[in-house]
Amino acid sequence: MLRILAFVLAGLLTACSDSGDTKVQSSSTPSVALPNMQKILQSKFLNAKPGDVITIPAGTFDFQRSLSLKVDGVTVRGAGMDKTILNFKNQISGAEGILVTASDFTIEDLAIEDTKGDALKINDGKNIVVRRVRTEWTNGPDTDNGAYGIYPVQTENTLIEGVIAIGASDAGIYVGQSRNVVVRDSRAEYNVAGIEIENTVDADVYNNVATNNTGGILVFNMPNLSLEGVRTRIYNNQVVDNNTANFAAPGGAVAGVPAGSGISINSNDLVEVFDNDLKNNQTAHIVISSVYSTNYSDRDNASSFDPYPEKISIHDNRYEGGGNDPDTNYLPQLKAAVFGEEGSFPNVIWDGFVNPELVVDGKLPAEYQICIYNEASSAVFNVDAPNQFANPGVNETDHQCRHSPLPAVQLESF
Amino acid sequence: MSQQSNQLVLHDDVHPYLLNASLFTDYAHKLRTITIPEGHLVTVNSEGSLNFPLGSIISKTFYYPKADSGVLQADDDGSLFKPDVGTRGGLDLTKVHLVETRLLVHRQSGWVALPYVWNNEQTEATLEATGDIKSLELVHGPERRSFPYIVPDQNQCAGCHGTNTASKSVNPIGPKVANLNRNGYDRNQNQLEAWQADGWLELKANPVPAMKNWQDTSNTLEDRARSYLDINCGHCHSKQGPADTSGLYLDIATKHKMRLGECKLPIAAGQGTGGNKFSIVPGKPEESILVYRMTSIDPGAMMPELGRSLVHDEGVALIADWISEMKGSCNN
Repeated sequence: MLRILAFVLAGLLTACSDSGDTKVQSSSTPSVALPNMQKILQSKFLNAKPGDVITIPAGTFDFQRSLSLKVDGVTVRGAGMDKTILNFKNQISGAEGILVTASDFTIEDLAIEDTKGDALKINDGKNIVVRRVRTEWTNGPDTDNGAYGIYPVQTENTLIEGVIAIGASDAGIYVGQSRNVVVRDSRAEYNVAGIEIENTVDADVYNNVATNNTGGILVFNMPNLSLEGVRTRIYNNQVVDNNTANFAAPGGAVAGVPAGSGISINSNDLVEVFDNDLKNNQTAHIVISSVYSTNYSDRDNASSFDPYPEKISIHDNRYEGGGNDPDTNYLPQLKAAVFGEEGSFPNVIWDGFVNPELVVDGKLPAEYQICIYNEASSAVFNVDAPNQFANPGVNETDHQCRHSPLPAVQLESF
Repeated sequence: MSQQSNQLVLHDDVHPYLLNASLFTDYAHKLRTITIPEGHLVTVNSEGSLNFPLGSIISKTFYYPKADSGVLQADDDGSLFKPDVGTRGGLDLTKVHLVETRLLVHRQSGWVALPYVWNNEQTEATLEATGDIKSLELVHGPERRSFPYIVPDQNQCAGCHGTNTASKSVNPIGPKVANLNRNGYDRNQNQLEAWQADGWLELKANPVPAMKNWQDTSNTLEDRARSYLDINCGHCHSKQGPADTSGLYLDIATKHKMRLGECKLPIAAGQGTGGNKFSIVPGKPEESILVYRMTSIDPGAMMPELGRSLVHDEGVALIADWISEMKGSCNN
């Protein structure tokens, strides 16, 4: 054993002197791939100490395998999201570009391009900041693109701001199973889902642009997870032209999102949608549904799960166009039947599933309703999915109600 | 362990061992050892993991039988290990090609994972904290498959060995009492009994549970499949593991059929669904995400995410057979 220990120790010493503060030569002309950035950067990630700032110079750097960080309190900083580009086109290993399993983490001013799986995944951490990061699949919408661009999951106290997410085959910005989240000042385009808040408690999504996605902004709850989401505010966003044909791999939840969905709320409660500009989303500006009528429907699977979207508040939004060319097999027929070939859906459509235990005198009481106020109309088109679309129709009076505004998310320690 | 005159020789205080069920790593063979500081004792925790004293070192050397200009695809049945080399046995380097030796060292701060890569001359292994990629050609009859053998970086070691996302601590995976409960390289003696007799292991539970060998066809298909899933997937896919985000638990302790994947909907599988709706559709392996991801070698879709560049044909066949035998259907 002594002999192996000798070479073990020698190896350790060599590795230590190799790592530490290796200086990276900045390339004056971007797009020149520097050798060994894989090793240099991964080595810095391995040897980081809390409080370290790891800087990456301008340039395009090629990676064959995932980078990963496990040390708390680290900042990773590039020279700008159009200047420092981590390129994973030739990736052969790893399910993401960068995987972070650490708290008090900040990443800013860089781009992650063409990863085989997710671009940036942050699993299980507190106090996370993702700022001015671009994640992109440069070939445009494609089923073979990685699933998620910016993907914090099981995090707490998370700020995503000023990011750009393009071309994800699932969601560009996806926050899953997290608590206390702000997504702001960001842009999501040409993803299946632009911004998706899933099984997340307390999220504010504002000042974002979601355009040319299949669905602009999604607030979903999935069964069988440890955290059920509630309380999401979506406000002051531009949700425009989200009509890109759905290119998700069949099977996943977003594969069932109709192209042309502006804001989509699925099986989530206490969602407040206000002061947004919604334009030309051709299925409908706001789509509200239960897990029962999505691609993700399996009633047996959801025994302890609340599948009904309740206490939804929609107010003070501005709408233009949209609802005129719905996607998904049954919606065009419904639109033609109820509103005519040239007609359009109202701004809000709903699958019509309600919890039978809450119904009083044949109606869902106002406190659980979809409430719409301070808008030109409170009309909701109920497609009557529970009865196989037997009696679809527009109802206004049931939705002329108000819920209390939700409190703002308070991020701690930023 | 040392390398001398074309032999890898285990040192006197190193104990080689075998597992009932082992992880697939691109058909690599694995020489596993435990070293315990003299005078210390290994005890068994209530859930069957081992409590190793500080200073313990667990090693795993990945190697292949040599083939003409490549490495040979063959079952790792332990027969390449030479018990008569030195006092503890070793490997004949004229017969095998060493790729890497991974160490788990139990320090005050916890277990530390250290990947060492053997040089082409096979004379020494160097710590490669950031991992490595080796181009290998796997020979199987007339078939030759070139593939990049991926040595994990230190964080990726923790990607599997960090079995608890809350504590983030690194833990041994293979050497648990049920998985060690078998005869060792000395085929006439149970490893645990031998170690207990040697005085460095204290077994409390009696009888000691035994993990099923998934390769042993005298075991039931159910036992073999569950054993395979546990050792290949259960370190992440458990209620405590990093893949708890998926809600799919494949460790041996899980009993709930939906949690094990039966008619379970994917959460964030993305293109990993392969167009399928459920992790497992009873009777239909071809419609089951589990089989699709085991069959994929796309880094964005494949499972496990790390540790292989090749498809484990025998593992896929086992899980496909297991799913084929399941009764029932999923509600569409």
